[in-house]
Amino acid sequence: MLGLTPGEWQAIGLTAKLAGLTTVILLLLSAPLAWWMAHTQSRMGNVVAALVSLPLVLPPTVIGFYLLIVLGPQGFVGGSLEKLGLHHLAFSFWGILIGSVIYSLPFAVQPLRDAFAAIGSRYLDAASTLRASALDRFFTVVMPLARSGILTAVVITFAHTVGEFGVIAMLGGSIAGETRVVSIAIYDHTQAMEYEQAHRLSAILLGFSFLTLFLFYAINQRVLSPLKPN
Amino acid sequence: MLKGNLTLRQGSFLLESGPFEIETAGITALFGRSGSGKSTLLRAITGLDRHTRGTLSFNGERWQDGAWQLPTPKRDIGFVFQDAALFPHLTVRGNLEYALKRVPKSPFSLEGRGAGGEGEKRPLLTSLHEVAERVGIAHKLDQSVTTLSGGERQRVAIARALLAKPRLMCMDEPLSALDWRAKAELLPLIDELAHETGIPVLFITHAPIEVERLASRVVFMAQGHIERIETLREALARPDSPLFDEEGPVSVLEGCMGEVNQDGLTPFGHEHWHVFLADPAARHSSATRLRILARDVSLALEDPQGLSILNHLPMTIERVDEAHDGRVTVAGRLRDGQMLLAEITAVSARRMKLTVGQPVYALIKSVALME
Repeated sequence: MLGLTPGEWQAIGLTAKLAGLTTVILLLLSAPLAWWMAHTQSRMGNVVAALVSLPLVLPPTVIGFYLLIVLGPQGFVGGSLEKLGLHHLAFSFWGILIGSVIYSLPFAVQPLRDAFAAIGSRYLDAASTLRASALDRFFTVVMPLARSGILTAVVITFAHTVGEFGVIAMLGGSIAGETRVVSIAIYDHTQAMEYEQAHRLSAILLGFSFLTLFLFYAINQRVLSPLKPN
Repeated sequence: MLKGNLTLRQGSFLLESGPFEIETAGITALFGRSGSGKSTLLRAITGLDRHTRGTLSFNGERWQDGAWQLPTPKRDIGFVFQDAALFPHLTVRGNLEYALKRVPKSPFSLEGRGAGGEGEKRPLLTSLHEVAERVGIAHKLDQSVTTLSGGERQRVAIARALLAKPRLMCMDEPLSALDWRAKAELLPLIDELAHETGIPVLFITHAPIEVERLASRVVFMAQGHIERIETLREALARPDSPLFDEEGPVSVLEGCMGEVNQDGLTPFGHEHWHVFLADPAARHSSATRLRILARDVSLALEDPQGLSILNHLPMTIERVDEAHDGRVTVAGRLRDGQMLLAEITAVSARRMKLTVGQPVYALIKSVALME
């Protein structure tokens, strides 16, 4: 299909799996974190904000390097797993999944935090007086009012993970079916002077990225904007 | 009965209510200038601010004790916010259903707990349609709340709060953002609903006219303290009442409208006295309160003849206040015991030798029905 080899399909499937899992994990992690960041008055807020934003400014190689050390057989996490009779996480799918979660963290947290902060306390107060518990308020007031921010977080996190290269190259190498995602496959093809294959995969990534962003902006503008709090 | 002593710091503002007991029946106004702590007190009473400290009980039920507080969702209150705070992602119906869905199913949970004597009359309004019809938004149910006018938004907010079947209704300046027409429509609605449902209301306002129109009791606030809690009658009977800061002393007479007479005048009053209104609009009014500025009332020792002023009421002088800028407020009792204030010059008071117990005639130049 599309003139792609089974190996290339495998890379595409792996990329989708990595980006999908990263997005789900990040949404679950980021929602409470972003909520806390939007409402805290503690000084820890700034420390956490700086930590969360680090992946924006660090070279992916730095993140990949430290993760390689921590998750590898001699590292704290990898070593502990080895002692438990399990395998360390360097050069594995689970390793690059952890890397992706950390690398894309700011892209999930920031839109959620902005959306939560924009809701303010009025609607939540109103819901409280109508007997809505905290969890009830989160699902019936916060989520619907933050839907634009949630969509942004999902799309940007997914797309950003698809476009990831440096962390995976450092931490995962290029193991077919395990860590060889599309961006790595393109690199390998280029190194091997297989420009035709590199071309095909690059064009697919380009088309996918453009289409995703285009749809995102269209949905955000036409469907969600009129429902934003006025 | 709402009883307690609350403190709450919000930025540089400190609420220190001091011990208070507010009888919760009818409409109680929380009155004070902006920055006096009215809204902060209401937030503390409703439990919306977790930094509230002190004690609070409602009809004997503990709501606040030190740092412990009964969560707002468990206090069975209704709250109408200044800006309505309707959920923008829901339609009018959605907003009303939000309240309805969260009312406890068992009737015991509401009826059983300290209805406080005065709450027996309810519940007249229980279904979404009844309430929507009553507050005048039945034709808007399927609209988005973002398309409503200011007055309509407050109507929806009131309906939403009523549908929550509250034991205490709190209103934070619900009319202050509205134009005069919407205000004129909503004031009587709030009054009628309070009477029909029997739900006690705490009503924040800085407008004396709203206090005089609605309240049976006033909580005066200044600089984060409760200064005084008294009935509207008591509040209007003292010369230094904060209600007089804006327009000078005011009297509010209670009575009812009568049938229009052959001269086209509509009487308002009581067995013992009547005031006649020339305004044709008065014929259709069902007002029960009349507002008279003291500066619109003159005094005469005898019932004068040959005068264009329509309304002459006999009364007995009860108090002659100290002169202020050459003017004196004289308080008199009408035959049914209600108090009417007249503001005259100190010179006139001296010349007429006004004394307590003296019968005089109040000549009333202008009155306003409180619709």
